[in-house]
Amino acid sequence: MSENALIEIRNLHAMAGDTPILNGIDLELHAGEVHAIMGPNGSGKSTLSNVLVGKPGYEVTEGEVRFRGQDLLEMDPEIRAREGVFLAFQYPVEIPGVSNSHFLRSAVNAVREHRGEEDLDAIDFLSLLREKMKLVEMPEDMMSRAVNEGFSGGEKKRNEILQMLLLDPGFCILDETDSGLDIDALRIVANGVNQMRSPDRAMLVITHYQRLLEYIVPDHVHVLSGGRIVRSGGKDLALELEEKGYGWITDADAAQPPRTPKADSNAASAGS
Amino acid sequence: MAGANPELERLAKQDYKYGFVTDIEEDRAPPGLTEDVVRLISSKKKEPEWLLEYRLKAFRRFREMLEDENAHPEWAKVVYPAIDYDAIVYYSAPKQQIKIDSLDDLDPELRATYDKLGISLLEQKRLNGIAVDAVFDSVSVATTFKAELETKGIIFCSFSEAVQKHPDLVRKYLGSVVPYSDNFFACLNAAVFSDGSFAYIPKGVRCPMELSTYFRINAAGTGQFERTLLVADDDSYVSYLEGCTAPQRDENQLHAAVVELVALDRAEIKYSTVQNWYPGNAEGVGGIYNFVTKRGACRGFRSKISWTQVETGSAITWKYPSCLLIGNESVGEFYSVAMTNNRQQADTGTKMIHIGRDTKSTIISKGISAGRGDQSYRGLVRIGPKATNARNYSQCDSLLMGDRCGAHTFPYLEARNPTATIEHEATTSKISDEQLFFCRQRGMNEEDAISMIVNGFCKEVLRELPMEFAVEAQNLLAVSLEGAVG
Repeated sequence: MSENALIEIRNLHAMAGDTPILNGIDLELHAGEVHAIMGPNGSGKSTLSNVLVGKPGYEVTEGEVRFRGQDLLEMDPEIRAREGVFLAFQYPVEIPGVSNSHFLRSAVNAVREHRGEEDLDAIDFLSLLREKMKLVEMPEDMMSRAVNEGFSGGEKKRNEILQMLLLDPGFCILDETDSGLDIDALRIVANGVNQMRSPDRAMLVITHYQRLLEYIVPDHVHVLSGGRIVRSGGKDLALELEEKGYGWITDADAAQPPRTPKADSNAASAGS
Repeated sequence: MAGANPELERLAKQDYKYGFVTDIEEDRAPPGLTEDVVRLISSKKKEPEWLLEYRLKAFRRFREMLEDENAHPEWAKVVYPAIDYDAIVYYSAPKQQIKIDSLDDLDPELRATYDKLGISLLEQKRLNGIAVDAVFDSVSVATTFKAELETKGIIFCSFSEAVQKHPDLVRKYLGSVVPYSDNFFACLNAAVFSDGSFAYIPKGVRCPMELSTYFRINAAGTGQFERTLLVADDDSYVSYLEGCTAPQRDENQLHAAVVELVALDRAEIKYSTVQNWYPGNAEGVGGIYNFVTKRGACRGFRSKISWTQVETGSAITWKYPSCLLIGNESVGEFYSVAMTNNRQQADTGTKMIHIGRDTKSTIISKGISAGRGDQSYRGLVRIGPKATNARNYSQCDSLLMGDRCGAHTFPYLEARNPTATIEHEATTSKISDEQLFFCRQRGMNEEDAISMIVNGFCKEVLRELPMEFAVEAQNLLAVSLEGAVG
């Protein structure tokens, strides 16, 4: 493992209730990299993202996660967020009565305070907001509406990306951001994400389909199955999956005896 | 009275931000409700004979009500031990002679109390342009901005002063909206009311500033019986603000106020309250019993009365600001946020009595329950036989936090005219774990997230408040919810 990884996941095991979902995940992301995680339904993709951001209801039973060298799993969810771990939700919730702009400003100022920066006042915030809204082609009236209330699926996802742009996180997780998007919305969302690609930032793009990866081209692709990464490769792996489905990997994986995490990562690199 | 150390301790604990007692010598009646006490109150205040008679009528009726169990308001969904009305002190006043030319002449300790409350009169004068009639215990001690109001013919003074200087107005309207025999607590108030505010807005005058009164219970063991009377003459407008804080103590305190509003032709009264009496500790010990009768009469054609209340304090709140829509085309509004946390209980709502034709009423009630708080919305909409084309819209929303609190809705709808339109909507919701987590993932801590969600829930009511009050109310909601999570 390299010393300067932005995020290091080692032998991560986690349960949801009594059910083991993650069974030894090893993954390392360096600044500047975009990794895609693909896998069939129930393979643990969403659990992985939820565990990384500290959503209640999961128990980490083994392993560790380091973010910029710090123990991520020790931190409360809001501290992880302020440290720069961002999750674009698959199903963003509605908050009736709370205007989108008020919500966004509260979030931005919570993060700024943590970084030791001054609160943005209403005017400075508005100009920052306008600039970022253009990137996701968001109409201005969506700011005065309540958070996600009455938003279409595409608007909700654009709103997620807008939050990502505003909060300027070091590590972005996109959980099935493509689900429920038509091609135009997908293009807009992908464009927003691509604006965020930077040498200082890592991204983990979780998706079921290869389609999103045509727009957000990953540096690495990993296949998750049974709570483990069973195959890793370059962007071509996604195309191969599109062509052959998941069966040829997951069946092969199922036929093999359980492996140690170390063996797992060897197998993963052998697969590319 | 508390010494410096317990006071510091309490402040350090921050259980209740305004929990302190001022050390001022008092002039107080012996405990108990007797005819002598009523006469003492009246003579202390140098009241005219007719007012003493009014008090005595109320006193006699109240003694009857005490004996008659049916006269007690036991229909309310609140639980409390029986009150010993003979253990209460019905009159107390600061001993200091209150004849001041400037605020500098005030007792320094009194000034310090105001400072702790954040009521610097000078500051308010300079910054807010609000006239403040500060009620300290039972006697008004400072009234500002009076001269400015006087140039417009507006009368704004303590109730006692109004009795002396404007007896005809007081006599004409006192008890005309809430008769002395109206209900148990209003009757008690009519017998022993201590002081309060009086305002009269003459014909065609738009009051240039928000009229504001801060209340504060101070003497230990003293109930406070405020009496407020506001009269808006033809084509006038006034916005009135009322806010309360109270010191921490262990025994329950009774607060039975009466507020009467009168709006004549095309007059409009906007009455806003932020109520933050001491709610008792987390186990429900102590706290104020807030049993208030508030009612407005829209007597005139196209008159309008709008009640807005944010109720976060008191151990028990029992309160139904109501509108009598007598004038044709008159309008009544009720916007309410009630919050109960820990062991607080609230039974609150409104009555909209449609009497004139084409009258219209709107009720927006937002209830928030946390901890083991319990609250009820109780609202009556009555359309009388002559109220042709009357309309009412009611919306009652409850927000629950945790699984030990309660929220109840008791709407009473009575339509005696076939042209009436009545709409009633009610919802009950919980703050979801998903919403909370979403906010936390964006960097907000849990309390800030809850405060934001709650303020969003109350938005339709908070936006009815004047700006400076809206900010205070939002802070209050956040403070009142501390410890509600986890």
